[in-house]
Amino acid sequence: MMAVRAPLIFMLFVLGGCSDTSTKTPDFADRPDLDPSVRVSGFTFLTEETQALQQDDFANPGQLWVDRGAALFGDGEAACSSCHEPDDFSHTATQYPQWNSEHERLINLEGQINQCRTTRQDQPALAYESDDLLALTTFVATQARGDDINVSLTPEMQSAYQSGRDYFFTRRGQLNLACSQCHDDQWGMQLRGDTISQGHSNGFPAYRLQWETLGSLHRRLEECDLGVRAEPRPLGSDEYLAVELYLAIRAQGLPIETPAVRR
Amino acid sequence: MMNRRDMLVGTGGAIAITLLPKPASATPEEMRMAVTRLFGDRPINDGRVSLKTPAIAENGNSVSVDIRVESPMIEDDHVTQIALFAEANPLPDMIHCRLSPAMGEARLASRVRLGDTQTITAIAEMSDGTLWSGTAETVVTLAACVLIN
Amino acid sequence: MFPVRIALPNAAKRGDIMEVRTLIQHPMETGLRRDQRGRAIPRDIITHFQCEYGGEVVFEADFFPAVAANPFLTFPLRAVESGDVIFTWTHQDGGETVETRTLTVE
Repeated sequence: MMAVRAPLIFMLFVLGGCSDTSTKTPDFADRPDLDPSVRVSGFTFLTEETQALQQDDFANPGQLWVDRGAALFGDGEAACSSCHEPDDFSHTATQYPQWNSEHERLINLEGQINQCRTTRQDQPALAYESDDLLALTTFVATQARGDDINVSLTPEMQSAYQSGRDYFFTRRGQLNLACSQCHDDQWGMQLRGDTISQGHSNGFPAYRLQWETLGSLHRRLEECDLGVRAEPRPLGSDEYLAVELYLAIRAQGLPIETPAVRR
Repeated sequence: MMNRRDMLVGTGGAIAITLLPKPASATPEEMRMAVTRLFGDRPINDGRVSLKTPAIAENGNSVSVDIRVESPMIEDDHVTQIALFAEANPLPDMIHCRLSPAMGEARLASRVRLGDTQTITAIAEMSDGTLWSGTAETVVTLAACVLIN
Repeated sequence: MFPVRIALPNAAKRGDIMEVRTLIQHPMETGLRRDQRGRAIPRDIITHFQCEYGGEVVFEADFFPAVAANPFLTFPLRAVESGDVIFTWTHQDGGETVETRTLTVE
């Protein structure tokens, strides 16, 4: 180990001594975003059987989490239902992530639900990817099912948008692959038995056949990172929130399908 | 959350799965033994059982199966059992059902796991003791990115 | 008790054949998988389902690990008399999830 480490330390000194010009972060300004005119939901790339499962409001297993969310929504002394009607959320999921001016940060639907719990309901925040947070998120999101994603990108959100966009175009992991290389450049092509989708977020939280359960968009991102053998970011992290924002803008105009069924 | 060690272990496993041979699966012989355990050595006739599965399943974790048996479902003439067997799953038995004339029709649908591309077999037992079977083949495709979990 | 969904009409005409659809939230862990560190994940499945109507078991099923996670099962049932339709799922450890629906037959 030492034999390897010593030259590295030496090199760091040498480099550090040269100048303080930090490496210029590539901003991918020359890379085009996905052409909105070809934008299609991941639903398009599913087999007929999986499409039918998603559209079956009884058999879609994601509906188990909708039921659970509905029960939690009306549960407790300071229940969600004491302030909100489910109908109030008929567009909500289309508008997240959004800027929260009170806390001056980007917030997604999961974060909004947890913020309601801690500031208004006197309840502890729910753990990311817990069945309860997934259930509430799915219940709220599904109220907007069929409504198009319509996130407004305000000036405060610009830097998060940029870092999410950079994440999408940056090659990472042992496979040295960027999200864009599959989902912008090769969508519609076959990769083993799959047709590569455009990587949209409009179905999440979604029931994935691979997981055999329902999961969040961040869990999907974690798995994409693992897929290219990169170190994933924590679920709920600022990095994944930024990617979620970029993906929402990229999926602008696609309908919410929560709970979608995906491979 | 996942730490670096878990990730490394997970990634190593993911690579390993593409290199290692397939997990053990049942053989047609083991499937015949499973059928015999449930129904004995009675002859099995082709027909009267319609088994439908998708021709291609994009994930073997959840494949729809639909079974229908020709039967009037009356006290004197009805289906008493329907069982489903997989010849290339680690275990050949999938689901065993017992039916009654109160159902009115002899059919059921469910979702099952298929470990690999294979033919699955549905066997129905009638109230007169005869056995009938139907088969269906499903191609299970491989996912783009293979990961454990 | 695990969360379930049951689709059964509240009312039916005598002689009608109804479609009963059921879904229960359960991972159906096969016992054949290993975790990230190579340890076997123990089997954890629902092993039995039954539907009672008119005081008799009209349909039952033994589940094996090949039944997909969140088991889905649909089957027909002929409407004969008003009364309870009782659905019971039994877990391998003996625990039961029981749901009752009341059917009115005209």
